[in-house]
Amino acid sequence: MAIWLTKDSKVIVQGITGSEGTKHTKRMLAAGTNVVGGTNPKKAGQTLDFDGTELPVFGTVKEAMEKTGADVTVIFVPPAFSKAAVVEAIDAEIGLAIVITEGIPVHDSAAFWAHNVAKGEKTRIIGPNCPGIASPGQSNAGIIPGDITGSGRIGLVSKSGTLTYQLMYELRDIGFSTAVGIGGDPVIGTTHIDALKAFQDDPDTDAIVMIGEIGGDAEERAADFIKEYVTKPVVGYIAGFTAPPGKTMGHAGAIISGSAGTADAKKVALEAAGVKVGKTPSETARLMREIMS
Amino acid sequence: MDLYEYQGRELFERHGLPVLSGGVATTPEEARAIADRLGGRVVVKAQVKVGGRGKAGGVKLAEGTDEATARATDILGMDIKGHTVHKVMLTVTADIAEEYYLSYLLDRANRTFLCIASVAGGMEIETVADTDPDKVAKIAIDAIQGVDEAKAREIVAAAKFPAEVAEQIVDIAQKLWVAFIAEDATLVEVNPLARTPEGKVLCLDAKVTLDENAHFRHQDQEGFVDAASIDPLEQAAKEKNLNYVKLDGSVGIIGNGAGLVMSTLDVVAYAGENHGGVKPANFLDIGGGASAQVMANGLEIVLSDPAVKSVFVNVFGGITACDAVANGILQALQLLADKGEQVTKPLVVRLDGNNAEAGRAILDSAANPLVERVDTMDGAAARAAELAAVGN
Repeated sequence: MAIWLTKDSKVIVQGITGSEGTKHTKRMLAAGTNVVGGTNPKKAGQTLDFDGTELPVFGTVKEAMEKTGADVTVIFVPPAFSKAAVVEAIDAEIGLAIVITEGIPVHDSAAFWAHNVAKGEKTRIIGPNCPGIASPGQSNAGIIPGDITGSGRIGLVSKSGTLTYQLMYELRDIGFSTAVGIGGDPVIGTTHIDALKAFQDDPDTDAIVMIGEIGGDAEERAADFIKEYVTKPVVGYIAGFTAPPGKTMGHAGAIISGSAGTADAKKVALEAAGVKVGKTPSETARLMREIMS
Repeated sequence: MDLYEYQGRELFERHGLPVLSGGVATTPEEARAIADRLGGRVVVKAQVKVGGRGKAGGVKLAEGTDEATARATDILGMDIKGHTVHKVMLTVTADIAEEYYLSYLLDRANRTFLCIASVAGGMEIETVADTDPDKVAKIAIDAIQGVDEAKAREIVAAAKFPAEVAEQIVDIAQKLWVAFIAEDATLVEVNPLARTPEGKVLCLDAKVTLDENAHFRHQDQEGFVDAASIDPLEQAAKEKNLNYVKLDGSVGIIGNGAGLVMSTLDVVAYAGENHGGVKPANFLDIGGGASAQVMANGLEIVLSDPAVKSVFVNVFGGITACDAVANGILQALQLLADKGEQVTKPLVVRLDGNNAEAGRAILDSAANPLVERVDTMDGAAARAAELAAVGN
């Protein structure tokens, strides 16, 4: 099964003609994703060749959906234009919008999220500033490398891209149902809790890896949710135990402010919810390996 | 980016909020000129981005120009919790009858904005929330609808601001919201928002945090960047578009991806516990497509930190293939050598993921005596910590 993204997903790329859009469209196709087209209002009507696959460029998301039946969009639009791109996807009522772009002003993210809520949340937004979502062997929407691991029965949700890859790699012999990178920005669409719920409800996922990092209280809220809803085993990892307060660690959301957002507080909350928390990525992989053996 | 109080005051003034007349000085002479212009009693405040400056002696009242100059002389150069005072702000004074609190900030959990308002201002709002939670009103603000007059009245009612100041605060709440939106702030805080005995409401402090992601549409905010207070290595890294944070240890860290680099700092700190407590010297994320040039830029920054005794290059080849990274490291060392910067500090390199075998083979066959290859992240962290301990 996998969550949110399956072999039946039809994917379009907003910003398909840009350098990132082009590069990753090729990679998604190579990973077996059913990419059916892209959008760029200035190049509508053109057909582009991606290593032998011909894809149409549409003027709008709505048109692309009407012509191709697309139900997923991956957004590679520069920060200044991202809000308009996401709002367009929401207005077209596409089921899943994955916002890869890094560096979107948080007022823009808050605005498109408010717009999505006002429209009845018909669109699941993943990101921004995320690597996307991959259901190995089925489909790959975003920039997660397609060849790290095959399909299996572990679900993974993470704020960090490279830590996602690291854990997928360490557990590649076991395999994953779906890996979701939710992004490291202060305002994100899909949360740890959304993914935990979907994995709990997915009959093809047996155990869950949850990767968090300093900043905010999303991990603490996820811990509360696990306590009340999740019965499958969960293994956790938190990055940033040694990060000093007040310094932003790469991700816009990764900052310890005052006493809030520390890795220790998150670890304590997760352990209280019965989650085994690894001290390093390798130890986290070992904990999961014990569960799956 | 957190603003200094004087910058926040300036920004408030620009958006029509009631602030006290004043100015900022970097020398006693400038302070004298401002005090002269303001006339009479002034308050001289150290400009540092840390709390508790009043207790540290960084806020003083002064009667007249001479005393203001003397107080500015005392405060300039003072050390407040490790922050050297380079600037003082002078403003006229105001008598205070009551102190309130008003702020807008990002509410991450609810993915929207929040207004916090209280009739108990003048102290940390967290303290009020702990001791007197009924006095702290939290009002969710819709990111699209914002704060219009009706919303401002809702805020005033929720916080139970006294009737005699209600109209003024309705106006201030709307203007503060305009400032919050127009400047792409993630926090605007007025504490205290004061009522004078004459019944006038004034913003007596201004705490503002701006969103660095929004700088592309705020060229005018460039002036707020205080180059003097930025670590020179962080400044150099910024100029090369590298995501670098200076820390106080001796193991230089280079990695790809914010999460992996944060994790690397942790793993090195844990390993350091076995080697006399050596710690990471920096955070440096070279991002996804780490070219030789980017790697060279990163290495140059990390190696130019005199505190660095060893370097740990931790790369997971996701989009980037490890053979490209390996070549990047070797070319980076060559580039630095060509520039006459002879590298003498040992590098521990861990490559995993895409084309890791090929990458490792490239490093092995180059056999650079400074480059040591370790296959696991934990093992490489231990080795880098050990080398840093030896180099200390």
